[in-house]
Amino acid sequence: MSAVLRMAEVTRVHGEGATEVHALRSVSFAAHPGELVAVMGPSGSGKSTLLTLAGGLDGPTSGVVSVEGVDLAGVGAAGRARMRRTSIGYVFQDFNLIPALTAVENVALPLELDGVRSRTARAGARAALEEVGIADLADRFPDHMSGGQQQRVAIARAVVGDRRLILADEPTGALDSETGESILRLLRARCDAGAAGVLVTHEARHAAWADRVVFLRDGVVIDETGADHADALLDAGRIR
Amino acid sequence: MSVRQALLALLEEEPRYGYQLRAQFEQRTGSTWPLNVGQVYTTLTRLERDGLVEGAGEDGEGHVIYRITDAGRAEVANWFTTPVERTQPPRDELAIKLALAVTVPGVDVGAVIQQQRSATMAALQDYTRLKRRAAEGSRREDLAWSLVLDSLVFAAEAEVRWLDHCEARLRRAQLERPEALLEEILAEEADEEASR
Ligand SMILES: Nc1ncnc2c1ncn2[C@@H]1O[C@H](COP(=O)(O)OP(=O)(O)O)[C@@H](O)[C@H]1O
Ligand SMILES: [Mg+2]
Repeated sequence: MSAVLRMAEVTRVHGEGATEVHALRSVSFAAHPGELVAVMGPSGSGKSTLLTLAGGLDGPTSGVVSVEGVDLAGVGAAGRARMRRTSIGYVFQDFNLIPALTAVENVALPLELDGVRSRTARAGARAALEEVGIADLADRFPDHMSGGQQQRVAIARAVVGDRRLILADEPTGALDSETGESILRLLRARCDAGAAGVLVTHEARHAAWADRVVFLRDGVVIDETGADHADALLDAGRIR
Repeated sequence: MSVRQALLALLEEEPRYGYQLRAQFEQRTGSTWPLNVGQVYTTLTRLERDGLVEGAGEDGEGHVIYRITDAGRAEVANWFTTPVERTQPPRDELAIKLALAVTVPGVDVGAVIQQQRSATMAALQDYTRLKRRAAEGSRREDLAWSLVLDSLVFAAEAEVRWLDHCEARLRRAQLERPEALLEEILAEEADEEASR
């Protein structure tokens, strides 16, 4: 199956000369439909850089980033913004909801900005809120919700309109462990339904929900886990 | 060993025969520690010798049924009210391997750490997949199995955190090495020499 996200030999250098920082060095990476990939690494290893490049929020110094076969460098700023409203969903650690808008308005926003008629956009937003289990909070403002509820709204906003690529940067960072796990369940369900997901996390327990775990160190992918052998283990009637 | 106490606890619920004991043990612990029937019967024989269980005849199909004695009940009660002993840490091959890797010359410690982190992470992914399936059931036995899985998840997670910690400590030790400072000074001098 062809990849939803493909990064080829991507390098990102910040600054110049003495203050030059190689945040990513020739990283190649792909995420396929139905796949959740976790990215782990110590702080400063380039995880957020990788994700902002994948989401078209930042451009590579060299190399190619493409989403659903479209080279992000080739579509201009307006084209990238459009893709972020329609095919790429981004979940931030601090939720990034607009305080003056209700949950349903926050979720409908990307659709409305994309020219979808308000009623249709609201209906889509309500369906997305239903999917993340908080349909009853649609008319609340972010300030009147718990952290876990706000993150659910943020996820609904990232998946609304059937986006194919979900990017999440430490989405469980501010949440207690049980709420964090429920967020992972949602991302997992989205990927099981056919989206491709990339999850940045430093928690092994959360990365374990992914199909593959990619390890970054100093801007380089140093290792990767991936074999799916849970079934073989079950059949053999043992774990290890 | 805990098999002895586990079988006794199962017999406290009701009299059972060997195959049933094994099936019950595995249902509640998810085949994490597989028991063979031979082991079950050897254990039952010892429990009978020690007066903790006694034969209770055969069922219609010729299975030998065992039931718990008063002494057996006392032993189960004692087990549940005493913490598992922690006098000596269990021998941990990974900790021993790391201790030797950092001291024996010529070992790439970073590679040892990463190789283990990948392997432990893969095991953690397996446990998580099994957990997602276990979570679907709603019986008391499913809860028991899910808790056993949580124990494996927590242990693997702790191992990954410890490996991260080892790596960070090693990096710092590397930077604080006196030779590193000397090498840096020599490199600077060479630079100055070159620019003169
Ligand atoms: N805008 C920027 N300007 C300069 N350096 C940056 C910038 N963004 C990130 N970096 C540097 O790039 C490296 C990788 O950063 P980042 O991708 O945020 O790492 P992580 O998310 O893994 O903690 C770090 O050394 C960081 O200081
Ligand atoms: Mg980051």
